[in-house]
Amino acid sequence: MKKGDIRELLAGDVQADRLVPPSGLTAHLTIFVSGAMAFLAVFALALSLASGRLADRWADELARSATLRISASADQRAVLTEAALAILEQTPGVASARAMTPEEQAALLAPWFGASLPLDSLPVPQLIEVVADGPGYDAEGLRLRLSAEIPGAVLDDHTRWREPLVRAAGSLRTLGVFSVLLIGCAMAAMITLAAHAGLAANAQVIEVLRLVGAQDRYIANAFERRFTLRALIGAAGGMALGVFGVALLPSAGDADGFLTGLGFQGAGWLVPLLVPLLGAGVAFAATRAAARRRLERLQ
Amino acid sequence: MAVISLEQVGYSYSGKELLSDVSVDLSPGSFHFLTGPSGSGKTTLIKLCYGALLPTVGRVRAFDADLAALDRDQTALLRRRVGVVHQDCRFLDHLPLADNIALPLIVSGRDMGQENTNLTDLMHWVGLSARADALPPELSGGERQRAALARAVIMSPDVILADEPTGNVDWDMSQRLLKLLVELNRMGKTVLVASHDLALIRAAKNQVQARVLRISEKRLQLAGADL
Ligand SMILES: Nc1ncnc2c1ncn2[C@@H]1O[C@H](COP(=O)(O)OP(=O)(O)OP(=O)(O)O)[C@@H](O)[C@H]1O
Ligand SMILES: [Mg+2]
Repeated sequence: MKKGDIRELLAGDVQADRLVPPSGLTAHLTIFVSGAMAFLAVFALALSLASGRLADRWADELARSATLRISASADQRAVLTEAALAILEQTPGVASARAMTPEEQAALLAPWFGASLPLDSLPVPQLIEVVADGPGYDAEGLRLRLSAEIPGAVLDDHTRWREPLVRAAGSLRTLGVFSVLLIGCAMAAMITLAAHAGLAANAQVIEVLRLVGAQDRYIANAFERRFTLRALIGAAGGMALGVFGVALLPSAGDADGFLTGLGFQGAGWLVPLLVPLLGAGVAFAATRAAARRRLERLQ
Repeated sequence: MAVISLEQVGYSYSGKELLSDVSVDLSPGSFHFLTGPSGSGKTTLIKLCYGALLPTVGRVRAFDADLAALDRDQTALLRRRVGVVHQDCRFLDHLPLADNIALPLIVSGRDMGQENTNLTDLMHWVGLSARADALPPELSGGERQRAALARAVIMSPDVILADEPTGNVDWDMSQRLLKLLVELNRMGKTVLVASHDLALIRAAKNQVQARVLRISEKRLQLAGADL
């Protein structure tokens, strides 16, 4: 939409509006469908933004931390832990490595076995928390070296269960974006149908306007204005309802679960404002195309 | 230079030839009648004059421009310079009469505030001042024809093409409409009136120097003294 078009659309010709008779049903249906589409678009956007956030966070957090497990008899344990820490310290890409204290390990197990667990009497492996820096380390190389020097050491960088999760969140985001696009196309199709119906119903009026010297732009504008305003009004209403609905969803809180995280955050709340604007733009373009096609049949 | 000229024009509706080798010049300030039996192509010829139809053969020029060479916007602008009374009037039934008459002004973006006196004067001239708010379907045949004439002249066009302007009206009303057309011609406008009403054409001969063209067997002839 060019700048001049917008000005023309807004300033409009109040007279021109009256020349085309009002059409109750098409108008109401256009407003309703625009509203419904905008409502759906808000949810698809929320889904897409939330899963995007989730994918980023999981990828980021999980890529950075790994666990080294050392299973050894009590007498060898301290020695092997020291040796492992030494190796980790030398490994490029490892920001820090820290052996967990017995208390920390007990805390990790407490949810499963209860707080009174006599940890000392159990063959619990020693855990070392490894945090990677920016580019990360070569996990395979590290594994090789550890297996050579420290029997019973297992490096778990969470890749196994991280990847499918991150991939799932990523596809969910793509799905959301795709849904928004589909909703936009469906709206364009619907407005095109409505515009064609409106133009066909007013074929006589258009013909008379053309006969008395109206230029195509003038006639098309009368219809563009109508459908753009209807789409804008409908989509604004649908968007408001959609945002209200999203706001009513339970907030993320500490749980950080997926369903509870579905919503907008911070400036993300402004994104739905684009929905009515895009809807109006789609309506404008669809109506213009329909009007052009219709007018070209008229000498 | 003729206001509108047809040069060896032929026209066929989907292959069926209706007009053939029609040549005529409407010189500025002239008054022409166009006659011929029903279905002979009077309306078609008028449509060719304002670009609603393009000739299948030959050329139509208006204000020195070849109508076939105009783009869509230029065609629209041309129609503001040619006043047409359509055979079926062509009103917008949902708009009051005053708006229907002002339609050419509205679509050309004129400031209606400034044009108001023009509109009022014109409605007075055709005797429709009291009917400004009536909707077209509420009008009588004579009122419709006068309104159509008013709309045709509201842009002060140089040429007026009237297709059966006295159809559906009684003799007195047709005389009244004829007077309006003659008045316009006296103001210097070029006028072409299509009509099958020979009595009207005879009556006009006392009031105005008019040439009478007749469509006969696809061709256009100058009618002689038999009229
Ligand atoms: N759009 C069209 N498609 C096909 N044929 C048409 C079309 N318009 C007119 N005709 C035919 O062309 C012929 C001439 O029509 P036209 O309206 O020009 O005649 P006319 O002289 O104005 O008649 P009348 O005196 O009844 O108004 C008629 O036989 C008509 O059926
Ligand atoms: Mg006719």
